[in-house]
Amino acid sequence: MPTVRVSVTLKPSLLDSAGRTVAGSLKHLGYEEVSDARIGKLITLQVETVDEARIREMCQKLLANPVIEDFSFEVVG
Amino acid sequence: MRVAILQFPGSNCDQDALKSLREDIDVSAEYVWHDESSLSGFDAVFVPGGFTYGDYLRCGAIASQSPIIRETVKFANEGRPVIGVCNGFQILAEAALLPGALTRNINQKFICKDVFLRAETKRSIWTSGVDKVIRIPIAHGEGRYIVDADGLKAIEDNEQIAFRYVNSQGQIEDSANPNGSVSSIAGVINKAGNVLGMMPHPERATKELLGGIDGLTILRALSLVKA
Repeated sequence: MPTVRVSVTLKPSLLDSAGRTVAGSLKHLGYEEVSDARIGKLITLQVETVDEARIREMCQKLLANPVIEDFSFEVVG
Repeated sequence: MRVAILQFPGSNCDQDALKSLREDIDVSAEYVWHDESSLSGFDAVFVPGGFTYGDYLRCGAIASQSPIIRETVKFANEGRPVIGVCNGFQILAEAALLPGALTRNINQKFICKDVFLRAETKRSIWTSGVDKVIRIPIAHGEGRYIVDADGLKAIEDNEQIAFRYVNSQGQIEDSANPNGSVSSIAGVINKAGNVLGMMPHPERATKELLGGIDGLTILRALSLVKA
């Protein structure tokens, strides 16, 4: 059965305070090269058939909130 | 006058809402379960706070797709009064009844304390009774109101900002904005003004025993609604 990997990320213009905290923690660990971190979601769907229009619809209707998030997806395996 | 108090798996302010409306506003109020698809016989809808569906995916996202919210959208579009508090606000925003979105508090913490609010418009039944700075509690981890620059201009132009966080003197200042909300926004209304969403809890401020009664200035709107 095909797997669809959907990634949902906060729009770049929005402050990701959790990501910023993670970047700060990495710096504390000595990884000075980290200037920023952003945290998103990875959702994998098992679908019986792949219909990209319907997957896009799922993202728009439920998986992502278009007010604050961007999404992308790829069919894997 | 009969108010529907919506209940979802994970609602936890439903009983506060029911008691405050029945005892302190003196209107009839009944629970309506999330998989119901009718609001027949009700004159207003209260979407209470909580952690519906465990906040899975995003706060309010799953609840916003329930049968009763689909019906609530129709009810609201007929111009009838709807209020969403805390998670109820998140649900109404996810259902696109209200503009913007609620995100993680800027300091990453769950904040539970009293805040001061100022009504920013008089054109909604929900705000017309609020003529002074009011003090009511917040209790949320994801209450930072977000809207983009164009969206902010639109809600300012349309007078859709219902409440802003202010200091006790009624002035906007960063230290009075508990969660980092854009433009200190604590609550918004829809274009028509009949739908209100707010993070602070008016239903928790309706008895002196609970520390204050300023929530009445908002909820009394329900006693003015014609059945």
